[in-house]
Parts: sequence; structure tokens; C-alpha cells
Amino acid sequence: MTTAGGTYTPRPGAAPLPRMIAAQAALETKMLLRNGEQLLLTVIIPTLLLVLFGSVDIVDTGEGKAVDFLAPGILALAVMSTAFTGQAIATGFERRYGVLKRLAASPLPRWGLMTAKTISVLVTEILQVVLVTVIAFAMGWSPQGNPFAVLLLLVLGTAAFSGLGLLMAGTLKAEATLAAANLVFLLLLVGGGVVVPLDKFPDAAQSVLGLLPISALSDGLRDVLQHGAGMPWGDLGILAVWAVLGLGAAARFFRWE
Amino acid sequence: MRSEPVVQVQALVKRYGTKTAVDGLDLVAQAGVTAVLGPNGAGKTTTVETCEGYRRPDSGTVRVLGLDPVRQARELRPRIGVMLQSGGVYSGARADEMLRHTAKLHAHPLDVDALIERLGLGSCGRTTYRRLSGGQQQRLALAMAVVGRPELVFLDEPTAGLDPQARRSTWDLVRELRADGVSVILTTHHMDEAEQLADDVAIIDAGRVIAQGSPEELCRGGAENTLRFTGRPGLDVGSLLKALPSDTAAAELTPGVYRVSGKIDPQLLATVTSWCAQHGVMPDGISVERHTLEDVFLELTGKELRS
Repeated sequence: MTTAGGTYTPRPGAAPLPRMIAAQAALETKMLLRNGEQLLLTVIIPTLLLVLFGSVDIVDTGEGKAVDFLAPGILALAVMSTAFTGQAIATGFERRYGVLKRLAASPLPRWGLMTAKTISVLVTEILQVVLVTVIAFAMGWSPQGNPFAVLLLLVLGTAAFSGLGLLMAGTLKAEATLAAANLVFLLLLVGGGVVVPLDKFPDAAQSVLGLLPISALSDGLRDVLQHGAGMPWGDLGILAVWAVLGLGAAARFFRWE
Repeated sequence: MRSEPVVQVQALVKRYGTKTAVDGLDLVAQAGVTAVLGPNGAGKTTTVETCEGYRRPDSGTVRVLGLDPVRQARELRPRIGVMLQSGGVYSGARADEMLRHTAKLHAHPLDVDALIERLGLGSCGRTTYRRLSGGQQQRLALAMAVVGRPELVFLDEPTAGLDPQARRSTWDLVRELRADGVSVILTTHHMDEAEQLADDVAIIDAGRVIAQGSPEELCRGGAENTLRFTGRPGLDVGSLLKALPSDTAAAELTPGVYRVSGKIDPQLLATVTSWCAQHGVMPDGISVERHTLEDVFLELTGKELRS
């Protein structure tokens, strides 16, 4: 038998699951908020775009105040920056540096890790939404519509972008994920109705662009917050399809090492 | 001591594509410190990672603390500590932060501050992982492997890239773990490390265990020890042989360099020196060479360990 009373005398055991998940979520959030590039993506770029496009007449945003058009688009951008770009890059490098591998040997189960990642994404998004909302109100934003519809859009958007981000992080090399996630972020920022209305694009392009998750999210949020629509079922449907496809593919193809 | 083995590997086969990394490997590790010794590419890491539950065997069975590392992972994980060959830490995390986090995943972790002190990680301060020195990264990984108070610790090349002082400090920790009843499986390609630490050594080459035993057994089991001396060239080796016991060999290796091999004991040494005295030979540089694990390995495989 083992010797009793030494410093290292075995006394194994997993911590209770909720404690493990809370600790993991706290660490993931801390890592994200500490990372300069991540803050640039999730905080600085959305804020700058809102302030810049809201105060300088660069793009014709249609009738009404520019901020009423912009704020929903920037909220959609905030969700994409955290759930997709930020999560893809962070997870890609965690995979590359063996963090996911090492955690796999810890008492924290894989689903616990994924739960913690989701909590960390949601916490970051709440901070972003608060920030964007405060700035938008300062710029004279007057949102309308059903808060529950907004919440549903944000949650489905998060699910869709998380699936795509994890799919990328779990299949590509970390450097490729870094490059691709940033490129996709930029392309969707321009072509996804975030700050440039989709009707500025040719008709043929519009119908394709309208099916992108970012377009569905910004369009849905705009329908509710700017135009006071009820449930934007079409956009919710598009996001749900992306969520199922993205999360399904990520679950199927994600490689932990 | 516990009689049940901590690790039992039977006929393990693991392939990566067309390359067979582990080729019918059998290994039984009892409580204590077991060193898995072999050159790079011998299959050490694959074997250990199969025990840790990272890889599914293509065939064969693996039991760790009596459990299947893949199917009973939930039960096994809290009971083992794992040190990977590299990485495993968020590049933006500080050493103490990562260690505290790992501790939080366990029910009865070690005192983190004491462990930081013990492994000299206190000086890392607010430095993030990516800016730590290689040695500091190694020590952090070691700390993470033991902080959960596991029964069994897997250390994959724990002293690779460490300076001699840090290496000794790691060895001391392994000895303390052993003294407190923690079993250790470590891979290494340093013979001295295996000789210093291990109760049991398994030598792996080309995906198989080619010899296993205590360091003493392995060294004894190989070729015999040797005695060398230098003298005048062209001495009459035949007359030396007559003076020596029958199971001893003697030869002039190069002109003036003589080797006697067999059971080298004080009696034999006395015989050689008195023969030299009779023949008016001054045996310069007389030395007895004990067989090392390195010699054993070389004899078994024809390869240098540190390739």
C-alpha cells in the first residue's frame, strides 16, 4: 500500500463538474480579454465602425438616423467577431500548442470544455452588447421591437458562428485558421450588410449574400430593432440551418490534435 | 507494495498510415518508477500516449490502474497525471495561473504555492507561457502533472532540454513522488536518468520491448565487465591467460593496450597486477569498466541511444 502522510501521497479525484466548468470558462474569458488581437477584433473594430460610420456620412444608409441602421449591424458584427473569428483563432492555437490535448487528459470532460468555451463566448458577447448599446444610445439610437426576438437572433447567430469557427479551428492548421478567419471576417464585414446595405450590391449578388449567416443576423436584427418587426422567421431559419450544418460538421470533423 | 501492476500492455500494435510505430509491444509496469528507454522513433511516446488514452490501439490491450484508458477514461483521468513532451499551456497564461487552474480541476490538489516554490517557478512572476524559458516550461508541465495528487504519473522526456541543475531537481522530485507512493512511468533516452531513477527499465526498439529488468539486472545480463591497462606492446597474453580464471578472456586490442574481460573482482585485479610485476610491466592507466545501460543498449540493438 501507499505511504501515508507524504506531500505527494495520492489523493486523486475530479473536482465537481460545475466547479470545473466555471474555472475553465473563467480562464478562457481571461485569456481572450488579455489578448490584444482579440480585443482589436471584438471591441475596437466594432466600436470604431459604429462611431465612424455613425458620425461621418460615408455610406448612404437609407432613411432615418444612421445609427438606427448601424447599431443592429454592429451587434451582428460583435457576435461574429467573438463566436467565429475570435473563437476560431483561439481554439486553433490551443490545438496547435497542445492545450486541448493536455486538457483531454484532465478530469474535465470534452463536453465540459465545449460548455466552458460557449460560456466564455457568451460572457464576451454580453460585454460587447453592453458597450455597443451604450455608445449607440449616446449617438441617439432609438431601438424598437421585441427583445425576445433579438435574444433569439443573437443566440442562433452565436450557434451558427461557433459551429463554423470550431470547424475551421479543428480542421485547418493554426496559421491557416488565423489567416482565413480574418479574411472571412473582413469579407463578411463588407458583404454581409453590416455597415453597407445589401441593396447596394447587384441583384444577383444580393440573393446569394442574403443567405450568409452574417446577412441573416444583421438583417434580422435590423428588421426588429429598426423596423419593429415581430419574429424575423426567414432570417432565424437561415441561422438555424447554418447552426445545424456548422455544429454538425464541427462535431464530425474536429481533430483535437 | 501494491501487487497489481499499474500498467499492463499486451501485444499492442499502433500504426500511422503505413508506418508501424508500435509492433506487438508487451509491457508490465509495477508500482514504483519504470523507465521506458529507447532512441527517437522507437515507439516510446506512442506507447505512453496509448496508456494515457490519446490513441486507440489497432490491436492488443492496454490497462492502466486496471482500467481501459479509452473506454473508462472518465474514471481513469483523475487518477493519472500527464506531462506531455511539449506544450499543453495557453500561450497567454502565466505559470501560476495555469497551475492554479489545473489544481481547480481536481478534488484534493497539492498546495499550489508550495509546489511553485518547490519547482522554482516563483521567479516566473507575471511572464506568460510563451516567454518562459524551455526549462521553466518543462517544470510547469511537470507541476501540472503532479498537482492533482495522482496515483500514477506519466512523464514524457521530463528532462529534455534541461540544464544539469534543473535536471537534478526533477530527479529529486521523481524520487520524492516514489517515496510518497506515487508510481511513475517516464520515457527517456538518457541512460543515466534510467539508472538513477528507475526500479525497472524497459528498453524499446522498433516498436517492441527488447529487454526489461532493474538497471542492475540489465547491466549484469549483458556482456561482462572489462579491465583495461596499457603496457609494453607485445606482451605474452597467453601466459596472462594461464594465470587467470578459465572463464576470462584477455587480448591486446591495439599495440600496448590490453583488455581483460570476465568477472572482474578484487582477486582478478590482484592476479593481473602480480602477473605484470612478474613480467616487469608497469600497468599504466589500469581501469575497471562497469557495464552501463548504454553498453547494454548498444549490444542489443547495435545502435547508439542518442541518435
